[in-house]
Amino acid sequence: MLEALVQNLGLSAFSLKGFGPLLLAGTWMTIKLSVLSLAVSIVLGLIGASAKLSSSPLLRAPAQLYTTLIRGVPDLVLMLLIFYSLQTWLSSITDALDWEYIEIDPFAAGVITLGFIYGAYFTETFRGAILAVPRGQVEAATAYGLKRGQRFRYVVFPQMMRFALPGIGNNWQVLLKATALVSIIGLADLVKASQDAGKSTYQLFYFLVLAALIYLLITSASNFALRWAERRYSAGSREAQR
Amino acid sequence: MIELLQEYWRPFLYSDGQHITGLAMTMWLLSASIAIGFLVSIPLSIARVSSNRLVRWPVQFYTYLFRGTPLYIQLLICYTGIYSIAAVRAQPLLDAFFRDAMNCTILAFALNTCAYTTEIFAGSIRSMSYGEVEAAKAYGLTGWKLYAYVIMPSALRRSLPYYSNEVILMLHSTTVAFTATVPDILKVARDANSATFMTFQSFGIAALIYLTVTFILVGLFRLAERRWLAFLGPSH
Repeated sequence: MLEALVQNLGLSAFSLKGFGPLLLAGTWMTIKLSVLSLAVSIVLGLIGASAKLSSSPLLRAPAQLYTTLIRGVPDLVLMLLIFYSLQTWLSSITDALDWEYIEIDPFAAGVITLGFIYGAYFTETFRGAILAVPRGQVEAATAYGLKRGQRFRYVVFPQMMRFALPGIGNNWQVLLKATALVSIIGLADLVKASQDAGKSTYQLFYFLVLAALIYLLITSASNFALRWAERRYSAGSREAQR
Repeated sequence: MIELLQEYWRPFLYSDGQHITGLAMTMWLLSASIAIGFLVSIPLSIARVSSNRLVRWPVQFYTYLFRGTPLYIQLLICYTGIYSIAAVRAQPLLDAFFRDAMNCTILAFALNTCAYTTEIFAGSIRSMSYGEVEAAKAYGLTGWKLYAYVIMPSALRRSLPYYSNEVILMLHSTTVAFTATVPDILKVARDANSATFMTFQSFGIAALIYLTVTFILVGLFRLAERRWLAFLGPSH
């Protein structure tokens, strides 16, 4: 389909040389990986933020350690560390329990690793956003007799999202660009696909630039979506006109 | 663990006997790319806020391209992509430049960090309070003097917190250099891992070194903020 489109547009000089499906599969892999990691890291971020804001030091200390350590170490180092160690740890557990050897699916390991790393960044984003919700809102909700869960769901969360969105957007862009690194740990993402295509056609430059353009397309599209979401969640608030 | 450290502490920190490796290499990559990025981004950020579209748009396009794509791809294009073009290999000068992994890596890093730094500086030039600029104009400062004596000193100071973030992100980004065969900390950790199979320990040591450098950089920037941003703090 892609090939036919390229032909019809008279772009055959820029043909994909039959590597269109491979590139599409790579792009799909990149998108899948980043969206799933985003989901994992948002969940971890919410948990981390509640732990950091908790009154119990037993919850606060590990969350503090998590965000400090993870944000102080480069993501690629953590990726290699966690990705390779996950398998070793699992093997030693299965050995100790006399179970069969379980091989971790590289994709799942990639999602867990990326989600774990970016969870630390989301923790900080959500912590700041929750703190930005006026104290009186929670007190008013308590006065209306809302329970803990209801308070979070109906009062804090919708208002928090407005403050968190710029941070979420930033983290998403960083996360998306960090997925380019998973080809180093052997996942067949967009970078790997373009490298393979480039090496077998001796047109590495062309295919790498193509991959860069696809990333640019995804980042631009998500920027657009974020603007829309920011407008939606800022309903009921206004900024000073300059 | 002890044997690993005994055997590898030297390459992890500065040298494997022949080349500069490990921490020394990472710091060299970081300082070279940050220095080039800083110097180039100052004129670019002034161009970025220019009222002339013909000046503003090329810079905007450059930062859009380099901030919208992963650094890893930029490095791959610089290191393997450009050298795969026959026309580049035919030119002796270009051939000599792009054959060297170090050149390609620093080029890619500098271009990348320059794009982010340009946006940071442009942002703080834009958020400059108009009174400051009007006062400078009233004193008769125009053209480059206005920028050299008033706008840039103030904008650079106010961008210090964002700039420190960028430097730390850049330190973390230098880890991709090993894919271009540059022997930085992570490359040593990978070598140690494949020689000893002590995965957690090898990468753990690398992680600790990066963590230490990050903390030192954060501390240095805090000192710098105390020195140059004191005027923004609460008055005593």
